[in-house]
Amino acid sequence: MNRLQAAPKALYIHIPFCTNKCHYCDFTSYVLRGQPVDQYLDALEEEMKRTVASLPPERIETVFVGGGTPTVLTPPQMERFLGAVFKHFPIASDAEVTMEANPGTTDLEKLKAMRSGGVNRISFGVQSFDNGLLERIGRIHNVDDVYASLDNARKAGFDNLSIDLMFGLPGQTVEHLSDSVDRAMALGLPHYSLYSLKVEENTLFHKLYERNELPLPPEEEEFNMFLLLMKKLKENGYRHYEISNFAKPGYESRHNSTYWRNEPYYGLGAGAHGYAQGIRHVNLKGVQPYIDANRERLPRLDVYDIPEAEAMEDFMMVGLRLLEGVRTSKFAEQFPGHSLEEQFGPIIEKLLGNKLLERLETDGDTVYRLTDQGVLLGNEVFGAFIAV
Amino acid sequence: MTDVRDRQKKIRNFSIIAHIDHGKSTLADRILEYTGALSSREMQAQVLDKMDLERERGITIKLQAVRLSYRADDGEEYLLNLIDTPGHVDFTYEVSRSMAACEGALLVVDAAQGIEAQTLANVYLALDNNLEVLPVINKIDLPSAEPDRVKQEIEDVIGLDASEAVHASAKAGIGIKEILEQVVTKVPAPNGDPDQPLKALIFDSHYDAYKGVIVYVRVVDGNIRAGKKIRFMATGAEFEVIEVGAFKPKMTIVDELSVGDVGFVVAGIKNVKDTRVGDTVTDAKRPAPEPLPGYRRINPMVYCGLYPIETQDYNDLRDALEKLELNDASLRYEPESSTALGFGFRCGFLGLLHMEIIQERIEREFNIPLITTAPSVIYKVTLTNGETMDIDNPSNYPESGKLDFVEEPYVKASIIVPNDFVGTIMELCQGKRGEFINMEYLDANRVTITYDMPLSEIVYDFFDQLKSRTKGYASFDYELSGYRKSSLVKMDIMLNSEQVDALSVIVHRDRAYHRGRLICEKMKELIPRQMFEVPVQASIGTKVIARETVKAMRKNVLAKCYGGDISRKRKLLEKQKEGKKRMKQVGSVEVPQEAFMAVLKIDED
Repeated sequence: MNRLQAAPKALYIHIPFCTNKCHYCDFTSYVLRGQPVDQYLDALEEEMKRTVASLPPERIETVFVGGGTPTVLTPPQMERFLGAVFKHFPIASDAEVTMEANPGTTDLEKLKAMRSGGVNRISFGVQSFDNGLLERIGRIHNVDDVYASLDNARKAGFDNLSIDLMFGLPGQTVEHLSDSVDRAMALGLPHYSLYSLKVEENTLFHKLYERNELPLPPEEEEFNMFLLLMKKLKENGYRHYEISNFAKPGYESRHNSTYWRNEPYYGLGAGAHGYAQGIRHVNLKGVQPYIDANRERLPRLDVYDIPEAEAMEDFMMVGLRLLEGVRTSKFAEQFPGHSLEEQFGPIIEKLLGNKLLERLETDGDTVYRLTDQGVLLGNEVFGAFIAV
Repeated sequence: MTDVRDRQKKIRNFSIIAHIDHGKSTLADRILEYTGALSSREMQAQVLDKMDLERERGITIKLQAVRLSYRADDGEEYLLNLIDTPGHVDFTYEVSRSMAACEGALLVVDAAQGIEAQTLANVYLALDNNLEVLPVINKIDLPSAEPDRVKQEIEDVIGLDASEAVHASAKAGIGIKEILEQVVTKVPAPNGDPDQPLKALIFDSHYDAYKGVIVYVRVVDGNIRAGKKIRFMATGAEFEVIEVGAFKPKMTIVDELSVGDVGFVVAGIKNVKDTRVGDTVTDAKRPAPEPLPGYRRINPMVYCGLYPIETQDYNDLRDALEKLELNDASLRYEPESSTALGFGFRCGFLGLLHMEIIQERIEREFNIPLITTAPSVIYKVTLTNGETMDIDNPSNYPESGKLDFVEEPYVKASIIVPNDFVGTIMELCQGKRGEFINMEYLDANRVTITYDMPLSEIVYDFFDQLKSRTKGYASFDYELSGYRKSSLVKMDIMLNSEQVDALSVIVHRDRAYHRGRLICEKMKELIPRQMFEVPVQASIGTKVIARETVKAMRKNVLAKCYGGDISRKRKLLEKQKEGKKRMKQVGSVEVPQEAFMAVLKIDED
């Protein structure tokens, strides 16, 4: 059985509620007030039962609870939810169990409930250390909340913490960002995610953008922001291991690495995506439709087979995001009977020629990875592998 | 013979003149429906415009002719031939020939918008051909309809009596009967003598895979029937008629076409080039002494290179051109090659619209993505050694050392405008190196202005300028007036220091600097950022006269992979890639399709 056919070792669960909607966000998320959260948790448990019945997991090595804002659950809801996860899935004792959290929705009591429920890693959506900027992008927290939340998390027994920061925000300058990064570095966390803003359709930002009212930094400025980030993180001893992610050695997100290695994962919850046995699915996005569907079936919105050729493209598209690159041996393992060079030889040669990719020989294996220039122009590289 | 003469009295041949969108096709459909040529069930909307492209652009490119029978209020059965006409200056000659096949024309004017520029030129063609012009005020059911104002306008601008103009709505089927009654009572029956030797006017033809060329004719004298030996007077080609018929609107074989009839002739003709529009068909055994007046041999005026974006489409492109040529006697093409674009064809067209149509049909009907180079005219070059050559492609322009002198084609351009625009037009024409010839008042409000102008300036952006500067109120026609010596230079464009032959243009020396700068600016706008900096330069010989830089792309990378949503990421990259498909790799630079036409799309002001 090749790796695509094996039962997933990674589990993603989506909690689609937020206290409010941020101006740049187009994920499946709904404002919490008046939502049937308990019924949603009932439905999630139904989906867990049906999922393990239809494709029994052997061993779950990573869990990621994302949103929305999972930390909007009350401590009792949290306890109940995590209890269900650990009851239905065989979570390994050394599993990485991450939950996304927003500063301002995490008091000590809740953090303790998370910890005792089995969460051992928290990813905080900090976004910026500039209160004015936080307000402009629609966040409800302020910088004080960030410090308080991190303190509480440590008190509750968490040491594996990560924060998200954003750059390329409207009105943001290199100086703003530099200040935020310095403050982030001062926290000395083991992991940081640094994302550039992308204006997605169906967001307030998109509307403003269409009306020419969103003062995004010019390309050159955003480019300088990215360079600055990479420089500062490196100086502070963090390894740039994925386009948007930096970690102290040993603290790379194991769960996200599943996606980047094109390996399978369970995906549960409204709007969640999953990938198993060569099939991708996306769940119903509305809370009520999701709850209703779970009374009788798996709550799928769409299920599609990924042809082998497309899966190979995906392998390159996501795999090259990791700065360690893709290994030809891993390719052959996922796609028995195919070799990476045979499949993509001319494309790779071109990218090597453009100095966007480089080739390394290690341990008798061939590795292709992004060059420094390739990191900046990643889309040019990923896009080259996509057949249209 | 009395039968034929009686029948002749009951024939009415007419066409419809209208501006785009004023409802010509809908009216034609209604007339067909009303006379029972087609039941409404059979009607596919707008039967006469056969090609998708025509329907979409709302213009008629290929002429059609339909025979209808109509029982009039006088109790008599009439035979009506409706001849559809194209509506653009590129096809003025075809229009004039199809009008020459008629005795009357319906002038359809939108009740809300009134007369538009394009209509005028065709009305004058109709009046030149002595047609009885019947005004029809269409779209009378619109809330904004102002029939009285429009009638007054017709009287003032064209000088036609509009008091009896029919109020119609082709869409709602209003006024159709009244229109047909006017056709019967006001359009004269055809003149012509059935006993004279055959004279028939060719006004169109099309190629049929089984029957060969099908020639559309209007019989002026004599008759034509199967078995008769015919001769085309201009080309001298002779054929034996296999069948004759009429479009009802389906092709229907009849015994003979007699005086006044409009129909088709099949005679085993292999090549549309034998059947020139405007030529006269006569009896080979008893030829007419004189052909019908008005024949002109039409030659391409504008040339451009057509190249497939994907080199492997070359053979398909040749097949496509072969097929299009079967139906289009004025299309010319021959293979050529370009360093930048590879293998393609140099093609000749009647004008810019003709060029655009062919280009679009190739892309759409044959699904071959194309690069079109900027159009060029034919320059006559005399070398210092006395040799002369015709240059239709700027990249073949000889180097200046070998050049004695160059001549470029001039046209006589006639522009009809309301007199408010006289100053504007003169300014425009002067700016285009035009020489004023004449100005004539048609009536109190309208003027015909005539200029002698280089054709290359017309090809450049004259139409767009004319339209925008006169709010669409100018009508325009031109004919070749001859060649004149000019001070011309070849301007080359370099991308990333490599000369791109397909971007070279021939320009007047005085304008080279200005135009070079504009082209470089436009290129900078059109060429997307590449992974390296791309200098864009314009040069004459070795001298660089303008320079711009396309800055290097600095950052293009997506942020996170949200909760394993791969499809979102994939879609974005697919979109990026889709955009690249429309680009041509020229040396190391990816150049979008439009850039090759950029020379035309610059705003001089």
